[in-house]
Amino acid sequence: MGWIMAGLAILGVAVGLILNAFNSSLVFYFSPSQVVNREAPQGRAFRVGGLVEAGSVQRSQDSLEIRFRVTDTVSTIPVVYQGILPDLFREGKGVVAQGRLQPDGSFHASEVLAKHDENYMPPEAAHAVEQAQKAQKTVVAK
Amino acid sequence: MNFYHYAAPATFYPLAGKLWPWFAAIAALLGLIGLYIGFVVAPTDAQQGEVYRVIFIHVPAAWMSMFIYLVMAGYCALGLAFKTRLSAMMASALAPTGAMFTFVALWTGALWGKPTWGTWWAWDARMTSELILLFLYLGFIALQSAIEDPRRADRAGAVLALVGVVNIPIIYFSVKWWNTLHQGASVSLTAAPKMAETMLWGMLIMALAAWAYAIAMSLLRVRAIIIERERQTEWLVEALEAER
Repeated sequence: MGWIMAGLAILGVAVGLILNAFNSSLVFYFSPSQVVNREAPQGRAFRVGGLVEAGSVQRSQDSLEIRFRVTDTVSTIPVVYQGILPDLFREGKGVVAQGRLQPDGSFHASEVLAKHDENYMPPEAAHAVEQAQKAQKTVVAK
Repeated sequence: MNFYHYAAPATFYPLAGKLWPWFAAIAALLGLIGLYIGFVVAPTDAQQGEVYRVIFIHVPAAWMSMFIYLVMAGYCALGLAFKTRLSAMMASALAPTGAMFTFVALWTGALWGKPTWGTWWAWDARMTSELILLFLYLGFIALQSAIEDPRRADRAGAVLALVGVVNIPIIYFSVKWWNTLHQGASVSLTAAPKMAETMLWGMLIMALAAWAYAIAMSLLRVRAIIIERERQTEWLVEALEAER
């Protein structure tokens, strides 16, 4: 009995240490601020995640190339991607792009995933929220 | 009330036999109501459209996958500490249901992930730790069936189950601790729910149905395990005679 308990305790500590060591690689994506501060891995592919900056999406006329900026409201990273976007890719919504950082500071993505938020609401409620936010903005502007 | 009275297989066997049909009926009833609310009454989601309706199955299944593991580990701890036969049997009875819910959570998650995220699977912390949970359940079942002597099988399984408990808080808090593709919790004990009321009701009723299903299945399965392990005892022969 005592041996089992001791064994369990040791295993628990070991798992804790392993998790601690893996902590950095458990990060699924890096924020634009981390990329700007050079906390993201250099010279290899990684993922950058944040919001698609409103008004930043530019589609090419004659190819599937698409350019947009990913922001965490502090820093932004310009992203270039060739391919088909997921349905939930929207301006102002979450996105995770996998690719490489180029020397010019832009990010060449090979895969773009939409990141959904935890809010679920019917279209009418979403419309109401939008109206309320617009109203608030006008008040602030005044 | 004497706890040991109900912990005796001889008392629990007929009790489980009386209880499980009731829980199965509750599960069927609540499941029908929950699915009706989820697929007919609840409104469409503003962002995702109809595909969000997978949450009525995905979220209750994911909750149960974690909760059943905690209950199973609790029984394992009781079995190790007090050498009660029934707790080890309950742990073995819960494992397949837990594995089933884990698989359903992963599978429905993949079905949802493709249209919304754009991928079936990503190795983010939430999904990876949930996959580890499936392997823990399967490992528990495999380890127990690999050892012939039931008492040794119980003890080995219990140690594995208890070590695996560390994975449960990792699954639950992964979306808070690390950047994950999986979104944060819409419903938690500490914050107001972040979803429309009808959607929430559908999900909670489905969760209750999943509870009732898990209880019914584990009671049914523990009866089979009791028959298998206590087949040489006099009380079981009498009980089986009486049921005939």
